[in-house]
Amino acid sequence: MQATIVEAVNDALHEEMDRDDRVVVFGEDVAESGGVFRATDELLEEFGSERVVDTPLSEIAIVGGATGMAMYGYRPVAEIQFSGFLPPAFDQLVTNASRIRWRTRGELTAPMVVRMPYGAGVRALEHHSESLEGAYGHLPGLQVVVPSTPADTKGLLTAAIRDPDPVLFMEPKRIYRSIREEVPEGEYEVPIGEAAVRREGEDLTVVAWGAMMPPTLDAVDDGDVDAEVIDLRTISPLDTETVVESVKKTGRCVVVHEGPRTLGVGSEIVARINDEALMYLESPIERVTGFDTPVPLLSMEDFYFPHPPRILDGIEAALAD
Amino acid sequence: MSDRASDIRAPPAVGDDGGGEVRYLSQSDLEVPTHQIVSPDGSYDDEAIPDLDDEELLDLYRWMVTDRVFSRRMVNIQRRGELGTFGSTRGQEASIIGSAFTLSPDDWLYVGRAWTPMFMRGASMKDMILFWRGIEEGQEAFAKVNAQIAISIGSHLPLVSGIAWGMHLDDADAIATAYLGDGATSTGAAHEGINLASSVGLPALFYCQNNQYAISMPYEKQSGANTIAQKALAYGIDAIRVDGQDVLAVYDAVSSAREKVLEGEPVFVESVTYRLDAHTTSDDPTRYRTDEEVDHWEEHDPIERYREFLKSEGLWSEIDHDAIVEEIDAEFDEALAAANAMEERAVAEMFTHVYDELPPELARQLDEFEELLERRPEMYDFIEQRPKG
Ligand SMILES: Cc1ncc(C[n+]2csc(CCOP(=O)(O)OP(=O)(O)O)c2C)c(N)n1
Ligand SMILES: [Mg+2]
Repeated sequence: MQATIVEAVNDALHEEMDRDDRVVVFGEDVAESGGVFRATDELLEEFGSERVVDTPLSEIAIVGGATGMAMYGYRPVAEIQFSGFLPPAFDQLVTNASRIRWRTRGELTAPMVVRMPYGAGVRALEHHSESLEGAYGHLPGLQVVVPSTPADTKGLLTAAIRDPDPVLFMEPKRIYRSIREEVPEGEYEVPIGEAAVRREGEDLTVVAWGAMMPPTLDAVDDGDVDAEVIDLRTISPLDTETVVESVKKTGRCVVVHEGPRTLGVGSEIVARINDEALMYLESPIERVTGFDTPVPLLSMEDFYFPHPPRILDGIEAALAD
Repeated sequence: MSDRASDIRAPPAVGDDGGGEVRYLSQSDLEVPTHQIVSPDGSYDDEAIPDLDDEELLDLYRWMVTDRVFSRRMVNIQRRGELGTFGSTRGQEASIIGSAFTLSPDDWLYVGRAWTPMFMRGASMKDMILFWRGIEEGQEAFAKVNAQIAISIGSHLPLVSGIAWGMHLDDADAIATAYLGDGATSTGAAHEGINLASSVGLPALFYCQNNQYAISMPYEKQSGANTIAQKALAYGIDAIRVDGQDVLAVYDAVSSAREKVLEGEPVFVESVTYRLDAHTTSDDPTRYRTDEEVDHWEEHDPIERYREFLKSEGLWSEIDHDAIVEEIDAEFDEALAAANAMEERAVAEMFTHVYDELPPELARQLDEFEELLERRPEMYDFIEQRPKG
């Protein structure tokens, strides 16, 4: 079927709820109204009010509750309405979800998913625009997944729901509805922790993910560059091998991300390339990222986002000398 | 404080246990009255009318109409594509105006769904248009009148307690007030903020507009507590539940609360009201509530009720309603024109005010970006400053 990213989320939730009675969906406005982006549309009608639940306006309870429910044996898929409202619940990720397995030597685990739309570009108010995958990826024990296509979204969300450990599933809301492509019917998984090579190329490697994929591909097309484009898909655990092997081949690399530059995921990618492929590099690795500022409010938010000319500028810098 | 502690620590006396029977503390034993002065049919007891002179009574009307006109105009310009989004306050005018009317300019204010209180403190409609257009100068203007809007729901309650703490240390003749919604009462931050005020004994007022919904979530599902007001008791502070469609009752309740708060006794007020419009312009309320319900509340229009009161008082003849609306419309037109005249801002705007001084790495990022914009003007194919939201 043809589907957008948000429809693919919905499809995966339908499939998994149908397959496994232990999958329970909850969050603010997810049931009666089907979610503010309609990601959970029709779930209430199909699976009933025991398994599709509108929660109070309580991020701590949503994430902490999911953790406890998962420890008990259910498979909660909790929604945080916007990633800007995860911070109150960050404590539950840090203190509990990410370390239950470690704390109990595997006796108890937290097989749960927290889904949330992230990123700038939808003309909303403050706290509706951030990309903090770098901060969340910093937590040992938490997996962080960021899909960029409808087909991947369905497969990765399915894998996340079935995964034995907690997954923070960050949905690129800027492209929720802008890409429509063939999404396979029925259930399938796209493995967590594996990057995808979107374009093969020889001259340099470009690494991006989530909402940065379309502008990155546009930049490569605009510049008519023979680039290998890698869609990271999972922030943690990071697929070092795919990135490093590509850089060994091309000798040059640009990392593109929307979140702030300092201590961003790009920093870690550069470090891993240095660890494993320093001698293959023909030029310094470039980073094209968001700035170390809060995302501006909507009137100036366009300035923040790495657009194709900025990405191409980074590519050309990496290709020079 | 110390008396209370010694009472609590004393072991219970034998025989205090109700004869060996388990006894519950239950909300069903609580009586939670709702303060009302003008009943829905317009009748009232003369004695109960708060001590306001005619001019003030007329001001209350004018401000309520301001609130309504402002919401109408904002929804309209949003539909024309001149605002990102907007949250209308229609239906909540008595709740908003009756409460804000009690505050003094020295008080600090942190609001949820309540915009006109900013105007009552001297911020302009233009500032509010800028805010909803995502132009930082909006919040800057509110800060100048010691007021802010909280977007992360509930996050402001600890701040308000902290502001009140400063006032307490200063022995200031002022209070800090948080407006919050019914949904906000479910956040951890709200609990901690209220409890802090109770624990230290701070001049903080918590004014909760229970407009029955948090987006699609009706209050009955938000919590098992029959009323929000009763929650205050668990923190050891006093509460008032008031009919939020009755501007005089709201004024009466909150001015009484403010007196207590000034003495360092925090108070929680639940104002029972209703959001007649959508949550914001992006919301479709037909997905979660019936037309009958909305119609029912349309019949409890707070402005209509107050009009009945003014008529009974013989004050209605003093009011030229159409002229008031015309005046407010003109004020809005002027504000909109001023907002539309906002100059485009330089890109440096994004980088300033993150810190007092730009750290070297941030300065470098700014330089690099300015240089890039010059070198690659095609960037502007992707960048639109949106002075109109
Ligand atoms: C911490 C947080 N979570 C979620 C949201 C998204 N959101 C915005 S308004 C709202 C409902 C607020 O309800 P209530 O507190 O009753 O205020 P009302 O809008 O009814 O005035 C929600 C869930 C938010 N802004 N902040
Ligand atoms: Mg509400």
